[in-house]
Amino acid sequence: MALKTEHMTLNMGPQHPSTHGVLRLEVELEGEIIKSVQPHIGYLHRCFEKHAEAMTYPQVIPYVDRMDYLAAMYNEFGYAVAVEKLLGIQVPERVEYIRVIMGEFQRIASHLVAVGTYGLDIGAFTPFLFCFRDRERIINLFEMTCGARMLYNYIWVGGLSHDLHPDFVRNAKEFVSYFKPKVKELNDLLSYNRIFIDRTANVGILPLETAINYGISGPNLRGSGFEWDIRKDDTYSVYNKFDFDIPVGKGLQGTVGDCWDRYYIRIQEMGESLKIIEQALEQLPEGDVTSAIPKRIKPPVGQVYSRVENPKGELGYFIISNGSPNPFRVKVKGPSFVHLGIMNELCKGHMIADVIAILGSIDIVLGEVDR
Amino acid sequence: MTYDFFSKLFGSDLIAALIQSLLPLFIFILPYALFAVWWERKVSAHMQDRLGPMRVGWHGALQTIADILKLFQKEDIVASSIDKPLFNIAPVLMFVGTYAAFAAIPFSSVFIGSNLDLGVFFIVAVSGFSVAAILMAGWASDNKYSLIGAMRSAAQIISYEIPTILVIITIVMVTGTLNLTTLSEMQTGHFWNWMILGGPGSSLSKFLLIPSMILGFGIIYISTLAEVNRTPFDIPEAESELVAGYHTEYSGMKFAMFFLAEYANMLAVSSVVAALFFGGYQSPCGYLGNLIGLKWLIPIEQIFWFTAKGLFFVFVQMWLRWTLPRLRVDQLMNTCWKYLIPLAFVNLIIIGLITLI
Amino acid sequence: MIQYFKNIYSAIATIFIGMKITFKHLFVPAVTIQYPDVKPKLPDRERNRLYVNFDDCIGCDQCARACPVECITVDTVKGLPTEDLGKTSQGKKKALWVTSFTIDFAKCCYCQLCVFPCPTECIYMTDIYEFSEYERSNLIYNFSILTPKEAEEKKANYARFEAEKAAEKAAKAAAATPPANASKEQ
Repeated sequence: MALKTEHMTLNMGPQHPSTHGVLRLEVELEGEIIKSVQPHIGYLHRCFEKHAEAMTYPQVIPYVDRMDYLAAMYNEFGYAVAVEKLLGIQVPERVEYIRVIMGEFQRIASHLVAVGTYGLDIGAFTPFLFCFRDRERIINLFEMTCGARMLYNYIWVGGLSHDLHPDFVRNAKEFVSYFKPKVKELNDLLSYNRIFIDRTANVGILPLETAINYGISGPNLRGSGFEWDIRKDDTYSVYNKFDFDIPVGKGLQGTVGDCWDRYYIRIQEMGESLKIIEQALEQLPEGDVTSAIPKRIKPPVGQVYSRVENPKGELGYFIISNGSPNPFRVKVKGPSFVHLGIMNELCKGHMIADVIAILGSIDIVLGEVDR
Repeated sequence: MTYDFFSKLFGSDLIAALIQSLLPLFIFILPYALFAVWWERKVSAHMQDRLGPMRVGWHGALQTIADILKLFQKEDIVASSIDKPLFNIAPVLMFVGTYAAFAAIPFSSVFIGSNLDLGVFFIVAVSGFSVAAILMAGWASDNKYSLIGAMRSAAQIISYEIPTILVIITIVMVTGTLNLTTLSEMQTGHFWNWMILGGPGSSLSKFLLIPSMILGFGIIYISTLAEVNRTPFDIPEAESELVAGYHTEYSGMKFAMFFLAEYANMLAVSSVVAALFFGGYQSPCGYLGNLIGLKWLIPIEQIFWFTAKGLFFVFVQMWLRWTLPRLRVDQLMNTCWKYLIPLAFVNLIIIGLITLI
Repeated sequence: MIQYFKNIYSAIATIFIGMKITFKHLFVPAVTIQYPDVKPKLPDRERNRLYVNFDDCIGCDQCARACPVECITVDTVKGLPTEDLGKTSQGKKKALWVTSFTIDFAKCCYCQLCVFPCPTECIYMTDIYEFSEYERSNLIYNFSILTPKEAEEKKANYARFEAEKAAEKAAKAAAATPPANASKEQ
C-alpha cells in the first residue's frame, strides 16, 4: 500500500534572515526536496515610478538612489545618461571620468555585499564582516566626495554635485593597493573552501538558453558562460577608453552556470573594476564638473531608452518627456526584478538549503525588485 | 573522595550526594557557560577585526551576566497551538542530558562526580538525551522550521554517534578500560604518554599506533562537533535557512536553557576528547606539587590542566565555527557515512592488528 | 578511489588555510571604534542635519521648491515699506518677513538639493547626526526667529496695510472716476 503523503508549504519570509530584505518565498516541499518556489514581492513597493512623474528631473535622482540602495551611484549614473541623451547634451571629459571611477567603486562595493552576504547565507560569518570592512573604505571615499554614505545624489544630469575632494585620488590609490591582497584572502577563506564549493558547485545550474529566455543579464548571464557586458558591447560614457576583461563562467568547480560560477564572476569583476579605476585615476583630466549642468531641465518632447551595466545587470531607463519640467513617465528595467523570475526554474529538485544558496547567488536587492 | 569528605562533614549520605551532584554545576558548568559565551563573542569579534562586547565590565566580561538578567526579565512567550507539556520539558531535558554527562567526567584525580566503570559508555548514552529533547522541542513548537530542524538534528546526532563510538572502541581496545579515571591515570607522566602519541610505554606498537591515533582523534573531534551542532554541522539551527531551527519558538529562560546546554555540551565533548587522547587531567610536563613536595597542590594543578585542555578544544570549536561555512544536510550525511565511518572502521582494524602484535 | 582521498585532502587543506587566516586576524587590531565614546572624524562635506542661518534668509522659497519630499515649508509675509527688515550678510536687502520656516526631519532625505539653489547660502548641511527624538513632532524644527505672536502681528500688519492700500486705491478710484461711468465702460 502506498503511503499517502502531502507536500508541505513553507513560507520563507517576509521576515527571514536570508531573503535579503522583505521577500516572501512560498516553497512547496516534499521532505527537504523543493517542488516549486513562488516569490511574492511588493512588500517594499514605494511607487517610485509614479512619484517620478510629480518630480522635476533633478528631484528624481534621490528617488533613483533608493532603488538599488547598494549601488546607488550606478542608478544615478544610468539616469543621468538617459536624461542627457534626451536633452542631447555632452558632459565634460572630467565628469565622465569621475562617473566611471565612482561607478566602478560602487560596483566593487555592491559585489562585496553580494559576496559577503552570500558567505553568510552559506553559513560563513567571517568573510561577511571582512567584506563589510572593505566596503566601508569605499563608502568613506564616497562620503569624502559628496557627504553621503549610501544615497549619494552625486551624479547629476549634466555633471556632478561636487568636484573630487583634493585627497580623493591619493585615497583611492591607497584603497586599490590595499584591496588587492584582500581579494586573495577572501578567495582563500571562502571561494576555494571545500565546504563552500560543495555547497555551491553544481547547485542551481542556469543553462545559457534558459538565461537568455528569462532575460538574465549581468554577472548571472556571464556566469552561464556568455560574454555580454554593456560597458563593452553597447558602450556608454568613456568605458571604451579602458582596457579590461569580461570574466565569464567556466565551470571551474562544477558545471558552467552554477552558483559557484556566478559567485566567482563577482570576485573577478572586482579585480577588473580595480583595473578600470587605476587607469581612470591615471588619465583623469582637469576641468570643471558643474559647467554643463543645465539651469532648468526641460527636455524636448520625446522618449529615450538608455541602459547601463549596473553591478547586478542591465539597468535600463525609459523616459518619456512631454516638454514639461517633469517627466511624463519613467520606467525602469531593473536587473533584480528580472532575475528573481528564475527562482522557480533554478530551485526545482534542490533542497531547502539550496534555495538560500541560489537566492544569494543571483544577488537581488529588494529595493529594486519592488521599487 | 569528595563524597566521603562531605558525608563525614554532614553525617548524612543524602546531603553529601546532593552537594556532590550540585558541585560541578555551580563551581564549573555555570561559570564556564557564562565565560564561554563571552569568550565566543570575543573570539569571533577579534577574528573579524571587531572588538566585541566592551561595555559591561573589563572588555565586556560581565556582558553574559547582563544578558542572562535580560533573559530572566523577558516574557515567556508560549504560542497557543503548541503542545505545552513537551514544549516545557524539552529545554530541561536538553540540559539534563548535558549535565548528566558531567557526572562521569574526571575533573581531577580526587574530584569526579561518579567514578563509573563504564564512564565513556555512560557519557555517550546520556548525551543521546539531547536528541529526544530536540525532537520534543521541534515537534511541540508547531512550527515548520522547528520541525525540519528537529528532524535534521535527530538524523545527524544518531549518525554521528557511530563514528564516535567506533573511535571510542579503538581506545578501549588499546587500553582495556572504559573508566575515564583509569584512562587518565594510564596517561600520567609526560605528554608522550598520551593516547594521541600511542599511550604509555615505549614498545614498537606505541609508535605504530601514533598515525592511527591521530586519525582517530580527527574522526572523533569532527563527529563530536556534529553531535553538539556546531558549525560546520549546525544545520539543525542553521540560522540562514531555518531561522533558529528547533528553538525558534523559545524565548526567555527556556531559550537560555538551550543556550546553556549548547555551551555545556561543547565542554563535555571537549573534555571527553581530552580525557581519551590528551591525558585528561594529567599535566604534560610533571607536577609542580611533586617537585616541591606539596601533595595538596596536585589536584589543583590537575583541575587547571583539565580546564586548559577542555577550553582549548572549545576554542578550536569556536575557531572552526568562525571560519567555515555550513554543510548541506545530504553532504553532512555523506561526510559521516562515506568518509568518517569507513575511515573509523579501517582505523579500528589497524589498531586491532597493532594490539595483537 | 583517488578522488576519494583527494576530497579528504582538499577538505582538510582548505579548512586549515581558512583557519590560518582567521587565526592571523585574532591579532589584527580592530577596525571598529567604540562609538559613543570615540566618534569618527567626519569629512568636511558631511551631509547630515540641515541648518538654516536665519539671519541670511530672505524667504525666497527656492529650497522648498527644490525639495523632492516637501519637508521644508516657508511662510512669508511682505514687510511694510516703513519697516526695516535688515540685510543679509552679503548686503542684500530683505523684503519679506519669514513668519515660519520649518523643516520636518522625519521626512528629510538628506539629498542636499535644497542647498544649491539658495541665493544667500543660508541653508546648509551640518555634521550633526545625533538628533533622535521620542516624538515625531519633535523632529519638526522651526528656524524662524519670529515668535508666533510676532508672526501673527506681522501678518496682521501686512493685512492691515493691504486693506489700507486697497481702501486707498478704492478711494482713489472712486475719486477719479464716478461709479456710474465705470459701469458704463464695462
